[in-house]
Amino acid sequence: MDQLRTDIASRDRGGPAQPLLAVRDLVKHFGGRRAWGGAKAGARRGAVRAVDGVSFDVAKGETLGIVGESGCGKSTVARLIMQIIAADAGEVVFDGEAVGTRALDLTTYRREVQMVFQDSYASLNPRLTVEDTVAFGPRVHGLARRAAIARAHDLISRVGLDPARFAARYPHELSGGQRQRVNIARALALQPRLLILDEAVSALDKSIEAQVLNLLVDLKAAFGLTYMFISHDLNVVRFMSDRVMVMYLGKVAEVGACDVILRDPRHPYTAALLASMPSMDPDRRTTEAPLFGDPPNPIDPPSGCRFHTRCKLAAPVCAATAPPLADIGAAHRVACLMATPGSGHPQAAPEAA
Amino acid sequence: MSGASGPIVDVENLTVDFHGGPKPLRAVAGVDLTLRPGEVLALLGESGSGKSVTLRALMRLLPERRAVIGGKVVVDGNDVRALSKRDLTAYRGRTIAMIFQEPGLALDPVYRLGDQIAEAVMRHEGVSRSAARDRALMLFERVRIPSAARRLDNYAHEMSGGMRQRAMIALALACRPKVLLADEPTTALDATVQIQVLLLLRELQRELGLAVIFVTHDIGVATEIADRIAVMYAGRIVETGQCRDVIRTPAHPYTVGLLASRAGSTLAKGERLAAIPGAPPDLANLPAGCAFAPRCERAQAVCESAVPAEVAVGDGHRARCVLVQGGEVVA
Repeated sequence: MDQLRTDIASRDRGGPAQPLLAVRDLVKHFGGRRAWGGAKAGARRGAVRAVDGVSFDVAKGETLGIVGESGCGKSTVARLIMQIIAADAGEVVFDGEAVGTRALDLTTYRREVQMVFQDSYASLNPRLTVEDTVAFGPRVHGLARRAAIARAHDLISRVGLDPARFAARYPHELSGGQRQRVNIARALALQPRLLILDEAVSALDKSIEAQVLNLLVDLKAAFGLTYMFISHDLNVVRFMSDRVMVMYLGKVAEVGACDVILRDPRHPYTAALLASMPSMDPDRRTTEAPLFGDPPNPIDPPSGCRFHTRCKLAAPVCAATAPPLADIGAAHRVACLMATPGSGHPQAAPEAA
Repeated sequence: MSGASGPIVDVENLTVDFHGGPKPLRAVAGVDLTLRPGEVLALLGESGSGKSVTLRALMRLLPERRAVIGGKVVVDGNDVRALSKRDLTAYRGRTIAMIFQEPGLALDPVYRLGDQIAEAVMRHEGVSRSAARDRALMLFERVRIPSAARRLDNYAHEMSGGMRQRAMIALALACRPKVLLADEPTTALDATVQIQVLLLLRELQRELGLAVIFVTHDIGVATEIADRIAVMYAGRIVETGQCRDVIRTPAHPYTVGLLASRAGSTLAKGERLAAIPGAPPDLANLPAGCAFAPRCERAQAVCESAVPAEVAVGDGHRARCVLVQGGEVVA
């Protein structure tokens, strides 16, 4: 396995300063009808604007947590990065190479980036045994059956299952936690450098969730991996992540170091998300809901700042102007007009001279 | 709180056995529960712990031919196990009502929400359609659905998840039940919506004096809503007590482990979670003794021979563990 680690490290191209993954202006709209004429010819109406101009970097060796509510586009971002679905616009750059070009074709790229999904059962082929599941990828990529099975057994034991007991089992003979371990082993079988975990522990029982989180931390250290960890559970994200990105209705609301964002959130939505977490103190229960109503429909998102319809601090300017993702220092960026000098929001600082 | 009044829910030695699989399966293995009017009890447990089956037994929603219920189940003076089909119809809705995790599945997709509520009111109380519609409107306003009058004509699919859950609460409260059973009603909701629904339930419970049994796997949710917590494991209540006592001074190693394994705020970066090892037991092959013993760090030989009796840890705080002796947990 040490050899595996060196092998993963040897594929590094741009050095530690170059982001492993750079996402620029990613856009994905689903459905809708193209307008035939007029000023908006070609634009789609009634489309779900799942991801609407999202840019971020993932540094080598870090864990980037992505949080947000249903419909915020966090899972769509993951699928766009994996190239499971095609983006409408924007680009994904992996270690300096644009994905899908001759320099980095999809077959090579998918060796580097793998994904674990929420539903451990639906993401496994019910007719493949555990060892065949894990060995499938390596065999497709040209490894001989014997070598692929050997690697599979090695990985099955690395994720905490005994190959002698589990290698010949089928998915339905496993518990949810065991199945998710198999999914993790399969994702690691091609020796990827980036692992995207999309709600990977959300369906597990709490006592099993802690085991799988520990496993993920161990594997990251052992293989020198980089994680993108998507979850709706802020406690879990806090445990796993170095940096956190908060999304709302297809846009990035705030991104920065995990401890900074969770201690001193600058976007009102991040603050509301934090305040919505159930209290663990029976004597200090939540007395007032931070937000009213559900997240709006991404088919017709609010104008200006998409959060202004639920924001207690919204000013008239928020309905008119979409806030830029402004740098407020220490790699902390926030898309709120209050953090944008000269934006016209009463609480914004005047424009710097 | 009227201290003199008896419990509204009185369950003694409840067992539920499922037949029809390859092996009979004991999902609930002797649960004792009492609930006073106006009290909120959280049943906390993982999948397979028997918490949802306990709720369904109170409502007699389990398939009669495959699920055999044993023990005493008395709700508001009704012997639930002995109710005839006809009495059961009156019992459900008027005495006891239930809300579910997935309102999209619990509500009828082809009836307007207002009509569903009105139908329940007319059926149970024999009032006119217009009076029933008025009640439906009042209920929609009560659960704070915006523009309630217009929303009554919506179908379930036309509403967002949070609004659907509010509509289901309105439906459950339509016939003024005394006991509300809630089966993970906020689990499928987004964080900012979950807290709204929890606060709404707390407010309705207080105003209507409802007794509530709230099933959840989330300790935080239980802390927000419950007066008392009962922790279930493999079909038994392993610990019960006031919310404060169970959260602050847990006695059973399972409760201790659940609290310690939370990826909570107290944890320093890079530390490992104190995970409970192993997995919940197979209900068809339960060990003879304490079901948690195979995963318990402090298990002794005696744990494997017999199920530990329930013993007092403090005032109203009880646990099924041999480590509890003379009212405290031995170190």
